[in-house]
Amino acid sequence: MSSGKFTTPAKNARGLGSAKSGTEHYIRQRVSAIALIFLVPWFMFSIINAMGAGMDDAQAWAGQPLNAILLILTAGAAIFHMRLGMQVVIEDYIEKTGTRSALLILNSFACIALFVTVALSVLKLWIGAGA
Amino acid sequence: MSGTPRADTRPLSPHLQIWRPHLTMAASITHRITGVALYFGTFLITAWIVALATGAECYSTIEGLVTAWYGQIIMYLWAVAVLYHFANGIRHLLWDGPNIGFEPKTASAVSLFNYVFAFVGAAAIMAATIWL
Repeated sequence: MSSGKFTTPAKNARGLGSAKSGTEHYIRQRVSAIALIFLVPWFMFSIINAMGAGMDDAQAWAGQPLNAILLILTAGAAIFHMRLGMQVVIEDYIEKTGTRSALLILNSFACIALFVTVALSVLKLWIGAGA
Repeated sequence: MSGTPRADTRPLSPHLQIWRPHLTMAASITHRITGVALYFGTFLITAWIVALATGAECYSTIEGLVTAWYGQIIMYLWAVAVLYHFANGIRHLLWDGPNIGFEPKTASAVSLFNYVFAFVGAAAIMAATIWL
């Protein structure tokens, strides 16, 4: 084992760099992109209308079941997609292991917190509309 | 963190300054810049949704920021980033899936189209919010 005579280069590569989980990352990035092709046009159109409509109409819009579902789906796909994207940016530019790990963890925390915040806000609007 | 020292004899890929600037290179860099910008833009959109769910006082503060001149500039830039990343993202999917659009002339033309689409499209959206 220690002489390296019977080991393949895969032993040194495993667990490092591109021998981690690149394929899975690649597929997730693209599947979430496909979802966003459908969700983003709806979101752009709706959010701009809602922003200009005043609070009461905007609340009524977000409280409708279909809109609430699409809002949470958009947030889920977009935040998942941007977490993957930011991960690559951090991995590309931050060389120092400690800083890199800290930023990768921060990225995960920020994205999960962001999704929970959107989901609960939409839920509140949804329930508020029914009350 | 690898245990073995880097093999210095291996060839390196050409550095950035070797390349003549071209449209697909700009498109690629812009895709990343807009991606990072949208990351932070999502925090702003989330702030709006939170304010909407919180109540009248909080919402009027956010509404004041959105309708201010600097808020409108940020909205325009956000729309540019969304449209650019959207169009160029579809191009990436066409590259990766059906493997089309690699022809240099086509790739350059699509890059140019994506820029025009983003800036003109965002301007049209802002105009529509003002006049419609």
